[in-house]
Amino acid sequence: MKTIDMYEVGPRDGFQNIKEYIPAETKMAIIDGLVQAGIRHIEVTSFVSPKAIPQLKDAREIVASCLRQYPDVDFMALIPNLRGAETAAAVGMTRVAYVVSLSASHNKANINRTHEQSYQALKEIRETYPQLDVIVDLATTFGCPFEGKFPASRVVEFLKDYVDLGIREVCLCDTIGIANPGQVRDILRAVQQAYPQLELQVHIHDTRNMGAACSLAAIEAGVTKIQSTLGGLGGCPFAPGASGNLATEDMVYMLNEMGYDTGVDFPRVLALAKKEVQLIPTGVYSGHHIRIDAASRCFR
Amino acid sequence: MAQHVNFIEVGPRDGFQNVKDYIPADIKVKLIDDLLAAGVRRMEMTSFVSPKAIPQMRDAAEVVCRTLETHGDEGVELYALVPNTYGAKAAAAAGLREVATVISVSESHNKANINRTVEESLQGLEKMRQALPDLNINLSMATAFTCPFEGITPVENVLKIIRRAAGLGITRFCLADTIGEADPKMVRDTLTIVQQVFPDITLDVHIHDTRNMGIACTLAALEAGVCNVQAALGGLGGCPFAPGASGNVASEDLIFMLNKMGFTTGIDFDKMLAAAKYERSVITGNFSGHQVHIGEPCH
Repeated sequence: MKTIDMYEVGPRDGFQNIKEYIPAETKMAIIDGLVQAGIRHIEVTSFVSPKAIPQLKDAREIVASCLRQYPDVDFMALIPNLRGAETAAAVGMTRVAYVVSLSASHNKANINRTHEQSYQALKEIRETYPQLDVIVDLATTFGCPFEGKFPASRVVEFLKDYVDLGIREVCLCDTIGIANPGQVRDILRAVQQAYPQLELQVHIHDTRNMGAACSLAAIEAGVTKIQSTLGGLGGCPFAPGASGNLATEDMVYMLNEMGYDTGVDFPRVLALAKKEVQLIPTGVYSGHHIRIDAASRCFR
Repeated sequence: MAQHVNFIEVGPRDGFQNVKDYIPADIKVKLIDDLLAAGVRRMEMTSFVSPKAIPQMRDAAEVVCRTLETHGDEGVELYALVPNTYGAKAAAAAGLREVATVISVSESHNKANINRTVEESLQGLEKMRQALPDLNINLSMATAFTCPFEGITPVENVLKIIRRAAGLGITRFCLADTIGEADPKMVRDTLTIVQQVFPDITLDVHIHDTRNMGIACTLAALEAGVCNVQAALGGLGGCPFAPGASGNVASEDLIFMLNKMGFTTGIDFDKMLAAAKYERSVITGNFSGHQVHIGEPCH
C-alpha cells in the first residue's frame, strides 16, 4: 500500500483569506482536530507583517502552542523574507516555506520583487539561518494570471539556481487553479528527470474543479506529498466566488478508497471540516462532502 | 494523440428534474439551444414520466417538439429518459427516435427507486423492445459502482444485466455512479472488465460529483477507453434524499479540462460557460460546478 503524506495548509492558505480575525483559540481548535484526525504535516501560519495580513498577527502564539503540544508533528510556516526567517528561528520552527513565483510579473505583483531579488533574499536566509529547512513554494508553476502558461523546460531552468543553493524540497503550486492533469504529468516528469533527488510537493487549487484530478495525476506520477486545505477553505481575493484549495477531506476520501495509506481518519476529518464551516461561516469552502447532509438516506 | 470525446449533455433531464420550482418551457428550450450552439451533439433532453411523479417534466412533449422543429435536421442525437413503455410511446409520438431507460444494478435501489425487482425491470425492457421495434433504446444502469443500501456493486451483477439486455438487442449502455461514490480506481477496474467481456457494446459513463471525484473519475473512464461521457450544465442536480449534495459533473468544468488536455470535444468552452452562467441566473438550484460561481475571471 502506497503511503501519501497529506500536507494541510488550511491554517495558512485558508485562514489568510478570511477578513474577520479568527481568534487564536479557534485556530488552535482546528489544528488540534487536524492532528487528532491523523494529519502529520501542517503549515500553521505565515510570518508576515501584521499590516500585510492582520489575520496572521498571532503567528508566534500559534507556533509556540503547536510546538509545545505536538512535538511529533511536522509543522511549517510560510516566510516571505529574512525577517520572517528570523522570527521562525526565534520561536524554534525548523521547517519553513519560502515563496517565489515562476512568473516575473506575478512575483512583482505578489511580493514586489524581481526574480533576482527573490533569489538573493533566499540566499541571505540560507546563509543567516543554515539550520532552517527551507521548502521553496514555486507559485504560478502551472500558469499565471498575467503571463499564461509556461513550458516545462522553464520550470526546470528556473529551479536550477535554487537546487544549486542547496534547496532539497520544492512545492509546485497551481496558484490560480489552472493546471490540468496532462500538464501536471508533463511538468513533473521534466522536473523529476532533471532533479531526481529533489523532494516534490504539489499544491493545487480547485478553482476549475480539477483539484482532485490534478493531485491524483501528481500521485500517479510519483509525488507522495499533497497539499490541501480543510473544507477547501480559501478562494481568490480578486475573483469573488472562486473556489479555494483542494479540500483535504475530499482528497483523503478518494485516496483511502483507492487503497492509498494517508493515515488520516476520514469521518474525523470530515466532522472537523463541518465544524470549521460553523466556526468560520464567512469562508469560501469548495469541498463537496461538507455539503452532504449526513442523515440523508442516500448516504451511508 | 488527440483522443475524441463524445460528450453527452444530460442537464435538461438529470439537472432540471431536481429543481423544485417549475422551469418554464421557454427557458428549457433556450438552454437546449445554447447547448447545441456550444457544440453539443448528443443530449438527454427530458423525461417522459408521470407528471404526478415529476411535475417538472410535464412539458416533455412541448420541449421535444420545439427543439426538433429548430434542430431536427442538424444530425444531433436527442433522446429522452423513459421509465416504461408508456413513456417510450409518448417519446416516439413526440418525434424522438431514441430513448434511455433505467434499471438499478442493485436490487434494493431498484426497488426503492422504481418499485420493481431487477427481473421485473428486465421484463419491462423486453416489452418495450417488442412494443416499439423501431425505437433505439439504450439502457442506463443506476448504482453500477456502488449502492447506498448494498455498498460496492459486484461487477458480475453489471455483466449479468448487460448480457440479458444485449440478448434483447440493446447495444448501448450507460454505467451510472448514482450517488457519486465511485473512485477512479473503481471506475478503471469496472470499465476494463466490462469492455473485455463486451467489446462490441457502446458504453457511456455518468458520474456524479457528490464527493468531488467527478472530474477525476470521468478522466479515469476516458483513459480506460470509454469515450462517451455524460455531464450536466452547471453541475445542476443533486439528490432528492440528500439536501445540499452535489449533482452531476459540471459539463463546462469537464469540457474546460478536456479541451486543455488536447482531447477533441467539438465544444466551445466559452459558450458553454456562458450558458451555465445564464442557467444559474434563471434557475434556483444546486450548482456543483466550480467555474459557474466565479464572479470575475481571475486573470
